Amino acid sequence: MLRFLVRRIIGAVVILFLLSIVTFVLFFGVPRDPALLMCGKTCNPDSIANIHHVLGLDKPITEQYWIFLHNLVAGSDQFAQGPCPAPCFGYSYHTNDLVWSTLMDRLPTTVSLTLGAAVCFLVVGLGTGLLAAWRRGTLVDKTATAGAMVISSLQIYFIGPLALAILVYQTHWFDKPAYNEFTGDPLSWFTGLIIPWVVLSTIFAAQYTRMARSAMIEQLQEEHVRTARAKGMSRSYVFFRYAWRGSLIPIVTIFGIDLGSLLGGAIITEYTFGLPGLGQLAVQSVFFSDLPLLLGVMLFAATMILVFNIVVDATYAFIDPRVRLS
Amino acid sequence: MKEDLVLPAQRTQGPGTDGERLLEVKGLTKHFPVKGGFPIRRTVGQVQAVDGIDLTVHTGESFGLVGESGCGKSTTGRLITRLMEPTAGTVTYRGRDISHASRKQLAPIRSEIQMIFQDPYSSLNPRQTVGSIISGPMEINGIDPQGGREKRVRELLEIVGLNPEHYNRFPHEFSGGQRQRIGVARALALEPKLIVADEPVSALDVSIQAQVVNLLQQVQNDLGIAFLFIAHDLAIVRHFSQRVAVMYLGKIIEVGDRDSIYTRPRHPYTHALLSAVPEVSLTDEETGGRERIRLAGDVPSPISPPSGCRFRTRCWKARDQCATEEPALVRISGNHEGHLTACHFPEEPTTEGRQEDIVLDPALAALEEAASDDGEERA
Amino acid sequence: MSTPLLSVRDLHVSFKTEDGVVRAVDRLSFDLDRGRTLGIVGESGSGKSVTNLTVLGLHNPMFTTVEGEILLDGQELTTARESELEKLRGNKVAMIFQDPLTALSPYYTVGRQIAEPYMKHNGATKKDAWERAVEMLGKVGIPNPRQRAKDYPHQFSGGMRQRAMIAMALICDPDLLIADEPTTALDVTVQAQILDLLKDLQREFGSGIIFITHDLGVIADMADDIMVMYAGSAVERGTTAQVLRSPRHPYTWGLLNSMPRLDSDTGVRLSPILGTPPSLLTPPSGCRFHPRCAFADRVAGAGRCTTERPPPATDRASACHLTADQKRTIFIEEIKPRLG
Repeated sequence: MLRFLVRRIIGAVVILFLLSIVTFVLFFGVPRDPALLMCGKTCNPDSIANIHHVLGLDKPITEQYWIFLHNLVAGSDQFAQGPCPAPCFGYSYHTNDLVWSTLMDRLPTTVSLTLGAAVCFLVVGLGTGLLAAWRRGTLVDKTATAGAMVISSLQIYFIGPLALAILVYQTHWFDKPAYNEFTGDPLSWFTGLIIPWVVLSTIFAAQYTRMARSAMIEQLQEEHVRTARAKGMSRSYVFFRYAWRGSLIPIVTIFGIDLGSLLGGAIITEYTFGLPGLGQLAVQSVFFSDLPLLLGVMLFAATMILVFNIVVDATYAFIDPRVRLS
Repeated sequence: MKEDLVLPAQRTQGPGTDGERLLEVKGLTKHFPVKGGFPIRRTVGQVQAVDGIDLTVHTGESFGLVGESGCGKSTTGRLITRLMEPTAGTVTYRGRDISHASRKQLAPIRSEIQMIFQDPYSSLNPRQTVGSIISGPMEINGIDPQGGREKRVRELLEIVGLNPEHYNRFPHEFSGGQRQRIGVARALALEPKLIVADEPVSALDVSIQAQVVNLLQQVQNDLGIAFLFIAHDLAIVRHFSQRVAVMYLGKIIEVGDRDSIYTRPRHPYTHALLSAVPEVSLTDEETGGRERIRLAGDVPSPISPPSGCRFRTRCWKARDQCATEEPALVRISGNHEGHLTACHFPEEPTTEGRQEDIVLDPALAALEEAASDDGEERA
Repeated sequence: MSTPLLSVRDLHVSFKTEDGVVRAVDRLSFDLDRGRTLGIVGESGSGKSVTNLTVLGLHNPMFTTVEGEILLDGQELTTARESELEKLRGNKVAMIFQDPLTALSPYYTVGRQIAEPYMKHNGATKKDAWERAVEMLGKVGIPNPRQRAKDYPHQFSGGMRQRAMIAMALICDPDLLIADEPTTALDVTVQAQILDLLKDLQREFGSGIIFITHDLGVIADMADDIMVMYAGSAVERGTTAQVLRSPRHPYTWGLLNSMPRLDSDTGVRLSPILGTPPSLLTPPSGCRFHPRCAFADRVAGAGRCTTERPPPATDRASACHLTADQKRTIFIEEIKPRLG
């Protein structure tokens, strides 16, 4: 199992490496010069060349990439703006802030948003799915299934403004979404995030309802579940100890895959509600052709996804002894 | 479907009269690598699925291959039809070595060696009509029979006992037995000389099994097609095959003509296998004479098979020599011609039912000892 | 005691499916005494497995209708509450399934799975139940049981898994053991071990066994009495000797004739039963076997087999319109000679 994890970590590093190359190539392939955005009204060829030189954009792409890798691992004090300790993504072209500290500033917002939403949709989605499977064929099941079907065909950019319009501006039931530090004021952290959580988790919850229901129904038809019933185990024991255990594997697998779309959903949610998170930052960095920031956000997000995927793989081993002992 | 009760005389007269050697297999070996190791995955072992087997199938002959799961009989079938490439050894078909032939080189031979699979549900494409399933091999090989492919397909459907009008139906409209007939029709489409049938009836109900066995037998006799009949059911193999080979853990441990193998088995494993088959006794009295050999445990792993004789770990006759020296597959004294046995300490060549009671299974032995201590009588 | 251990009276089981109502079991009656083994033979779809899931109440009540009586020691099971059935399952009635790999949960140790019913039904502590599980594993012939109890099913071989299933079924010393094709997935040498083991354990535990299989050889080896099922009904019942040596139903004749044996004449063609088993959505009229029956034209009264259902099989009469004399003469003169 340990071997498996080490192998996965090596694989993840390779993927990050390739991703950074792809981002680099794409950046230089886009016909937009960051210098043009930076030099403003006083633009002339000389100032552009000057900016290019300052940013290092006049060097060959391979050399720029090498410098990037070197800085990432070892840090650098070559920047005009000041020192840049490892992991160094340089300074933003646009704001001149250190990319790493910008990321760290924005991280709590995104983590609060995504983790909170994940807790919401896992609890609500799996709970509803289990209930529907337990009471299969009843009105409860049919309502849950139909509701989940409708909701999972919605889109975040539709639900977001709608929730904002109805729940905040019309009825004033909820505060306007905002991010407040948890350490500063937990209550306003919570109330400010309720709407984003609801918006981001609704569709996922519906999808997880359907998935949990079908996984449970499939498991309940497994022979080993029937054996457990034939032994005299109670229905709830069989449901939660036998069927649920088997359902966890597909659910955990999908959850691992969904982390990427969760981050994608977070970008839209942050943008919709003006929350200062990584998603908003990513949009900005693309808008301003801000290579250091773009690379920083991309690699940071990718690392998060890969780490979580490795965690997910490791949980297989806890769930399934066949994985653990092979 | 009125059928003659008695089979027509066999085309080949057994191994003694040497018919043309259609298929010759020498030292056939297939090892599957086992991946593992750290930090770089590499091959850490070999599953010795098939390990150096020799066999010959003559023109028009039916050759049976029996053994329990994991003995390598299915792999052997796949190697012979070249659905897999052997690790070592040769497969010679009509004098041509096809063991490593390329797809192109195989093309003409593919039409002469056909395969029938076990599962009639998964071996037919559900989206194709029966007509296109059966004519598929003809299309691929660019064969245009007289009167067109459709006419030929109708003929084939008739041969296998299906309604030719069902040409345009899909597999799901047929029952399991009928699907297996479609599989047979597909195999016959190219007028093969050899059919490798891998457990062709074991997925079918008892009453349907007999229908398909009869069909295969009729095909074999009428069209003179040689069969390599792979099955675990000893009674069906006996019914269908003129010569039989018994496999255990990737080796052929005994081969010979049917009567020799079934009435005078020399290898302890063949013997144990035969005595383990539960049988309906039709005589009015308890015969009681049936021997009962109960081996201990299951077949060992083919990744690290026992040294020397592979059966020795479950054999009641094993001695030191069996662990060090692998017995060769030879004609031992007392065997009929063509009856080869790979054993250092073979069984007596009797034809009488020996009334032995060999129980190697410790749990059985303990329970039965306890029962006899209680003074109870065995039934 | 004169009441049988299990008594099934006029059982009907039907399922609602999308295509219509499947009459899986129809007019079925049989008895089983303690310490005896009843073999139920039949092909797929004959209703032999459904019958036994119904005994344990393991059918899905939403789609299934059960009529008739199932009396276990005089207790009616078809109307019993789920909580009452739970107390019986694994305790008084235990079950062994066909494929021990899928029938054991991959997520729990073999020992735990064996111990569970003992804890539930005997109120034993975890530790005591574990000890009992280890003891049972030893009894069914798992070497080094204390160690192996901690293993998961995938670490067992096929034969060992079926032994573990048997240990699990017998841990509460059941009165009735239902074995549904318990050796079909096993190799023949392992099958022989398992069959002997079941016989030996039956002698020790004294359970009544219902043994379901499609293999006449296995049934001949195991059963005291045989019931042959076709399309949801019993067509013939009797002692093993009666049913196998002087069978009285054309379907039983067909089964015997279509099966090659190790001592049958290899020069003779098998005589299969023509056609295929019927759909239970739209079973044939009259005798359900008549479309495949080679002897229907011998029944006095033209077309009787297509219109009139023969009465259910009893211990001495098969469910067939042929007269007792006809059945005897046809078997002796036409069927027996073919058996070689």
